[in-house]
Amino acid sequence: MKRLGWLIPALYIFFLMLPIYWLITMSFKTTNEILGSFTLFPQSFTLDNYITIFTDPTWYWGYFNSIIYVSLNTVISLAVALPAAYAFSRYRFLGDKHLFFWLLTNRMAPAAVFALPFFQLYSSVGLFDTHIAVALAHTLFNVPLAVWILEGFMSGVPRQLDETAYVDGYSFPRFFVKIFIPTIAAGIGVTAFFCFMFSWVELLLAKTLTAVYAKPIAAIMTRTASTSGYELGLLAAAGTLTIIPGAIVIYFVRNNLAKGFALGRV
Amino acid sequence: MNKPVNQKAWFFVLPVLVLVAFNAIIPLMTVVNYSLQETFGSNVFLWSGLMWFEELLRSSRFQDSLGRQLFFTFTILVIEIPLGVIIALAMPKKGPWVSVCLVLMALPLLIPWNVVGAMWNIFALPEIGLLGKTLNSLGFDYNYTRQTGNAWFTLIAMDVWHWTSLVVLLSYAGLVSIPDAYYQAARIDGAKSWAIFRYIQLPKMKRVLTIAILLRFMDSFNIYTEPLVLTGGGPGNSTTLLSIDLAKKALGEFDLGPAAAMSLIYFLIILLVSWVFYTLMMRNEEQ
Repeated sequence: MKRLGWLIPALYIFFLMLPIYWLITMSFKTTNEILGSFTLFPQSFTLDNYITIFTDPTWYWGYFNSIIYVSLNTVISLAVALPAAYAFSRYRFLGDKHLFFWLLTNRMAPAAVFALPFFQLYSSVGLFDTHIAVALAHTLFNVPLAVWILEGFMSGVPRQLDETAYVDGYSFPRFFVKIFIPTIAAGIGVTAFFCFMFSWVELLLAKTLTAVYAKPIAAIMTRTASTSGYELGLLAAAGTLTIIPGAIVIYFVRNNLAKGFALGRV
Repeated sequence: MNKPVNQKAWFFVLPVLVLVAFNAIIPLMTVVNYSLQETFGSNVFLWSGLMWFEELLRSSRFQDSLGRQLFFTFTILVIEIPLGVIIALAMPKKGPWVSVCLVLMALPLLIPWNVVGAMWNIFALPEIGLLGKTLNSLGFDYNYTRQTGNAWFTLIAMDVWHWTSLVVLLSYAGLVSIPDAYYQAARIDGAKSWAIFRYIQLPKMKRVLTIAILLRFMDSFNIYTEPLVLTGGGPGNSTTLLSIDLAKKALGEFDLGPAAAMSLIYFLIILLVSWVFYTLMMRNEEQ
């Protein structure tokens, strides 16, 4: 029984890889091959789908747009969540528990509920179709999550650290930047991972808040899928490319992921 | 841990408060406004009281999509939580394979949701998809665009594929935080693996599992993009979950009043369940 224990994760990973494999193979097939026959490997291997994406600005700008607003969102979320999480982990103050729960409720809000009001709100302040609009909109669910995760990590750091630093003559900002942030670096990494992840995968709000200039790659895919008929190969190639940024991010946090989860509350 | 009381801590929380208030309170008030008014277009609004709420709660369309939503969330929780725990228990605890497992397992979590939908759409096509073709050649009559049962099977398989890894990662984190000394003590006492699971591993995973269930509940209740791309809510309305129904009303039919009333009821359900969960979690922690 123990000997065969590795089979469970192996089978699970095999199951996870099947649809991804199918997507990648399809991206190297011609439309004729996809629709005409069932083949496990591409028979007439082609890079045309990728060439289309890399030479058409509407396609590759979709990737840039997505990456720009996702990065902006991660930076904003971390910047506002760090001091808040510190406050929650170190002090009690009037209404702290209610505030914490209220923050979490925003994580629960269905994006479908907010789509239309967001469109009106961001149009009225003149931010419609900008990267910053999507980045700000995504803080709705990322900031609560960031506060939640960071608070867990910070509570794991004993308060003696703060007190010793003050005795040593550190001012609060210097202590926070020079000592505290490096101490919870793993936590910040994990939080950034989650912010990146939830902003990268979200589509409904990103699509609602953009038209041309900040349109995310995912929205360009749906548009292409509906207008140019059934170009499955092109769609598969675009899909394959959206997996890459995620894979890179996971690779960087791979060692912190398990450790980070365990130390923090999430 | 006894924390000192310090009202100045509010200053630290202020940026979050301002940002989230802008994003949450203004749109929420817009929704409340719509839900209480009737409009005939061209910005003429009339007070309608609770009319939309009454109408909605009585409509069979809403009841049906709520029923489907509850069924979906319940099913995926029953599958994903135990499966995730089993996989986490079987994962290696040390060595180079840990990173490999973690990276590969986390991959589905970072794929944009519409790509997940599109991927499964292609994967499950009856004639040219790997899953659809395999099932059909095994003798199953499988076509997820025509048969309700098949559509549901594909939808649930997709969600299990997409999200079980989150449960695995969380449970795994809970498991690796158990000190070796616990296992050694258990070995000395001659505990069987079931006893180790029941009395050491499960209690240690309780916290992360609560978080996993809470996150999976919220996210599966909010699910929109994946089923929309996969089945479009069909065949018929058979996989139209709450979000899809809501978006149809608000963005498709532009029925602002009913859509807003639905939004609020929808949000309240999630809020209520999560609040019960959160309170239970906090009470456990204080013990």
